[in-house]
Amino acid sequence: MQTKVENNKAWFLVLPVFLIVAFSAIIPLMTVVNYSVQDIFDPYTRYFVGTEWFKQVMLDSRLHEALLRQFLYSFTILAIEVPLGICVALMMPTKGRGASLSLILVAIPLLIPWNVVGTIWQIFGRADIGLFGAFMSGIGVDYNYASDPTDAWLTVVLMDVWHWTPLVALLCYSGLRAIPEVYYQAARIDQASRWAVFRYIQLPKLTNVLIIGVLLRFMDSFMIYTEPFVLTGGGPGSSTTFLSQSLVQQAIGQFDLGPAAAFSLVYFLIILLVCWVFYTTIMNMQKDK
Amino acid sequence: MAWMSWTLPTALFFIGIAVILVGMTTWQILSPCVERRGFLPLATTRGDRLFIGLLSSAFIHLAFVALTDVNIAVATALCAFWMIILMRWG
Repeated sequence: MQTKVENNKAWFLVLPVFLIVAFSAIIPLMTVVNYSVQDIFDPYTRYFVGTEWFKQVMLDSRLHEALLRQFLYSFTILAIEVPLGICVALMMPTKGRGASLSLILVAIPLLIPWNVVGTIWQIFGRADIGLFGAFMSGIGVDYNYASDPTDAWLTVVLMDVWHWTPLVALLCYSGLRAIPEVYYQAARIDQASRWAVFRYIQLPKLTNVLIIGVLLRFMDSFMIYTEPFVLTGGGPGSSTTFLSQSLVQQAIGQFDLGPAAAFSLVYFLIILLVCWVFYTTIMNMQKDK
Repeated sequence: MAWMSWTLPTALFFIGIAVILVGMTTWQILSPCVERRGFLPLATTRGDRLFIGLLSSAFIHLAFVALTDVNIAVATALCAFWMIILMRWG
């Protein structure tokens, strides 16, 4: 009888990745931890302050508001992008040139760099030179994303929906294409309605890609920086200032490196927690299947 | 390494984490664990319980810092106790 020999040599193949991650992530993270317990001006001018910055960060009402806005923003865009992405995927042609063309058209927003997306929407939303702004003025809506917080939110959300719904749509499209034809044949034999086909065949088969889509979109929206920064600069006031913008303002704008480091670690822990919840959910769902 | 602005408490913290990781790896090699279900609502391996323990300990420390004026050593002691319970019965 042949027994399986355990060989751990393959771990050496992981070594380059480990070294890259160490230099790009672990060592900077360790430095941030060191900064978070000190009042620091430069690496050689510093004073140990213990947990003072953490207390300050955890009790800072501006950061509480930014965190609340961040969750609100992430859940809003998820609530729009996921159903919309499914609808787009269901409507996309499956055969012929139309399928290729629609795939290219849908993918275009994903190819545009984030700062360019912000600039596009900055112009698009202006009433004097932008189509969207002019359209809103045309229908009698007093729209100005630079001075009205509701308009700013609407524009930031619309921008994200325009930019990232294609990702959800493409994921769903690939999930839909992977469903074997026999399922649809069985549904036709049973004279199932369009809704029944969606509810009992397509949606269950889309579960895995949807979880990946939700995970990606949540993580990405939770760390969003460039697009709102270019579009609104976090304003008007601080109505579209999200966590990453608050962090940058603190670290680079005010050069408060110690509090910014403590803030980064709290931010990191929140993301780590959410990632773990999503990861565990995905793994458990796969196990149940 | 001076540019990393090391302090004694953070150095001890990272040494502690490194010792835990090396210890857990050695433990796993000597006695591989199997997934099991304890009081947590999901099946976990030893490594999963360590991760959950470390993450929850970080939040416990943050809660202590934000909500109380109690010495942080109390939170650390509480977390050590929590880690033992989690690793044994989690």
